[in-house]
Amino acid sequence: MTLPSLGRSIAAPVFGLAVLLAIWEAIPGLGLVNPAFLPPPSTLPAAFLRELASGQWTLAIRNSLGHYTLGLAIGVLAGIAFGIITGMARFAEAVTSWVVRVLRPIPGLAWVPFAIIWFGVSPSAAVFIIAIGVFWIVYFATHGAIRAVDRDLIEVAEAFGFRSAPERLLKVMLPAATPGILVGVRTAIGQAWMAVVAAEIFGVAGLGQRMMQASSLIATDIVVVYMLTMAALYGLLDTLFVRLQTWVLRWKA
Amino acid sequence: MGVAMEGMIRLKGLSLAFPGVQGLTRVLDNVDLDIAPGEFLAIVGPSGVGKSTILRVIAGLARPNTGTVEMAAPAPGRRAVSLVFQDARLLPWRTVIDNVAFGLEKLSMPRAERRRRAAEALTLVGLGDLVDRWPHQLSGGQRQRVALARALAVEPETLLMDEPFSALDAITRESLQDELIRLRAATGRTILFVTHDIDEAVHLADRVVVLAGSPGRIVATHRITEAHPRSRGQGRAADQAKAIRASLDGEVLINGAAT
Ligand SMILES: Nc1ncnc2c1ncn2[C@@H]1O[C@H](COP(=O)(O)OP(=O)(O)O)[C@@H](O)[C@H]1O
Ligand SMILES: [Mg+2]
Repeated sequence: MTLPSLGRSIAAPVFGLAVLLAIWEAIPGLGLVNPAFLPPPSTLPAAFLRELASGQWTLAIRNSLGHYTLGLAIGVLAGIAFGIITGMARFAEAVTSWVVRVLRPIPGLAWVPFAIIWFGVSPSAAVFIIAIGVFWIVYFATHGAIRAVDRDLIEVAEAFGFRSAPERLLKVMLPAATPGILVGVRTAIGQAWMAVVAAEIFGVAGLGQRMMQASSLIATDIVVVYMLTMAALYGLLDTLFVRLQTWVLRWKA
Repeated sequence: MGVAMEGMIRLKGLSLAFPGVQGLTRVLDNVDLDIAPGEFLAIVGPSGVGKSTILRVIAGLARPNTGTVEMAAPAPGRRAVSLVFQDARLLPWRTVIDNVAFGLEKLSMPRAERRRRAAEALTLVGLGDLVDRWPHQLSGGQRQRVALARALAVEPETLLMDEPFSALDAITRESLQDELIRLRAATGRTILFVTHDIDEAVHLADRVVVLAGSPGRIVATHRITEAHPRSRGQGRAADQAKAIRASLDGEVLINGAAT
């Protein structure tokens, strides 16, 4: 990349963000909307520092990240495992085909009542709701990716004596399916944040719960601080994941 | 020829059919073939006649309906046969050297030994300095050399090659053909080489078997006695190619079913 084009590639998004902030500042500033309903961005640093000083901000992040990572890990691992099994074994696919059709359309949020009945209003309930949403995304990505593995490459493994299912899986199917699986995991990383907020709105401690508390006090500046916090956390995780993905898939053209 | 000689392959009465729309489609009919140790044998025939199927049966990738494949068990650390496909079929997530070491992972040996043998095979095909490249960074000819190195690394008693150069441009193809002749002289390996290119078969092989008809069967055998290096498309080579063409044409006329 040349220097001017690098400059442009940084300047354009910065400009876009600046325009957004300016419009946002102007709307309550010009009296178009009551500042209590839409806090201008200039009031946010102070609100953020108050949350930080009280320790609420760090605590909320720690709580949310706790069930986020656990739910994500469980959902991803289960999704990959089941995706591999039904992707490789026709029998397993046949047995599960209608189970999948029945369970899949149920939105993650619809599980909230059961999550609360089974686990109470606890981090485990949040983990459960997050894991279910993640599971389906990763399951379908894995199943499809395993199914799409080039028959010719599997034949190479067989020609060199790798005939058993575990050998074929480890030598060819899993590496070949990795790009597709990682696309699913990346989608899940985003989707899991939605599930975090949903679960916490029902009272599990974390960012979402703190947001609900602030909104019931019409502390809209705090609400916005947490909205931006989630956006930043998601942006950070997604960036880190893309880095990892690029490295894992460095063999791709 | 003796029975079950070291490094020899004997096909006896191979027949094979695939289930099709209207019952079975017969692909091979009673194919008998002995491949002598150290021999370079080419099978030529039109596309669809069953050449790949023969190699797949020998490699254990397909089962004949009747007939047998006899070959001696390989020595430890080696395979009885290994296969080079028409398209290189490298594993894109493995570097060049790890692709070449692929088959060695099935033959229990320490990692260092695998790397040593893979590097040796790569040097043999003239790619000693590309070990850490990814397959997508190679040309078609280099990719096919890596596939050849992968097949050589397991030190097969017999090397099976399925139209390995037919997807390459003419210049690359000829240089790989000459490379193969050199490799064969250096290693003394038995080679079973399948092609639809008569000139290629005449240029490379000690013996050319013509497969024709539907279902495919062996219709002629030609011994090529000319020493290497052989001239391409001239003199004896041209005569022999002509003779092979004649045995193919005769067959096609008799069957009335050219493919
Ligand atoms: N898996 C298969 N199922 C059905 N028919 C097949 C299959 N594999 C090959 N055939 C048929 O068998 C015949 C011989 O195929 P092949 O051995 O690949 O021919 P060649 O290598 O000589 O071109 C062809 O007519 C092909 O259509
Ligand atoms: Mg073929």
